[in-house]
Amino acid sequence: MKTALNHFADRADAEGLLDVAYATVDSPFGPLLLAATPRGLVKVSFPQLGTEATLEALATKISPRVLEAPARLDEARRELDRYFEGRLTEFELPLDWQLTEGFRKKAQQAINRIPYGRTRSYTEIARSAGNERAVRAAGTACGANPLPIVVPCHRVLRSGGALGGYGGGLPMKEALLKLEGVL
Amino acid sequence: MWARVPSEGHSSLSHLGSSRRLINDLTATLPPFQTLLDDHAAEVMAVLRGAVGRTDADDCFQETFLAALRAYPQLEDASNLRSWLLTIAHRKAIDHHRANGRWPVPVEEVAEVAVSDPEPDGEIWSAVGALPPKQRAAVALRYACDLPHVEIAAALGCSPEAARRSLHEGLKRLRKELA
Repeated sequence: MKTALNHFADRADAEGLLDVAYATVDSPFGPLLLAATPRGLVKVSFPQLGTEATLEALATKISPRVLEAPARLDEARRELDRYFEGRLTEFELPLDWQLTEGFRKKAQQAINRIPYGRTRSYTEIARSAGNERAVRAAGTACGANPLPIVVPCHRVLRSGGALGGYGGGLPMKEALLKLEGVL
Repeated sequence: MWARVPSEGHSSLSHLGSSRRLINDLTATLPPFQTLLDDHAAEVMAVLRGAVGRTDADDCFQETFLAALRAYPQLEDASNLRSWLLTIAHRKAIDHHRANGRWPVPVEEVAEVAVSDPEPDGEIWSAVGALPPKQRAAVALRYACDLPHVEIAAALGCSPEAARRSLHEGLKRLRKELA
């Protein structure tokens, strides 16, 4: 049965029917759910937020052709493994930004330009996104980041240097900043 | 087919019934396709094994789910995904039997081909496999999947009475074959 299912995912991919592939991968912080479209990685999520709800949201927002197909997430998994081992400082895999738009997208793309081992304040992100006064919206954009870890919202701190918030929990934000030598 | 509706506006339609159900249907979203696999793959495989045998069931399984995946985003009624899948599986099993020519083709020489060993219960299931398509499907749906007549009818696209008849004829024939 398992062979039949794997074979099916491969054939669906070969026929261009695999609109959203997903896989659950291990990380030092517990399992992560990764999802990709043919354009690139589209979603990283912490399963404590509910795998089912995440998959349903992908089905509604992108396409109901959502299938578990770990092979399509291999590159993302390899890059994440190397990142967690401290051997990768810049993700190279293609990203699909379709789950975000408007000011949030600009803010998240600004976050994506923060170099490894550096931090920015919410104000600086607001400014990079084109509206210095939208600090609160920049905070919301961090919280709504569809691609945490890869798009490094953990590198965004409060102006005074306080950690701020994190979807994966503050201990994880702290651990990522330690990994990058910031803390 | 769409009924002709009066042109005065929405209020004239209200007597037709609850708009809530219509709205629900229009905004209903399809679940991730993976849930169809998680919930129904084993059952579809069991039906296909009953219908075409273990060796060919894998192929029919792929064809069934690929056809379903192709059509899925346009599916309008997601209220019974299970019978939808079983209907597709049934069609694929029929296609399979057609393609493999249950109508023998004369050849000059009979090729020597290996045949697989009989499986457990192989005798019964190969007798099931030799039934005419409707009877075979009805028997497989009843005994491999434990479906009630109404759902067998839905999967086969016939009336419950016709489903009951196919099942009955199929069983009668099996009893004779295996006696």
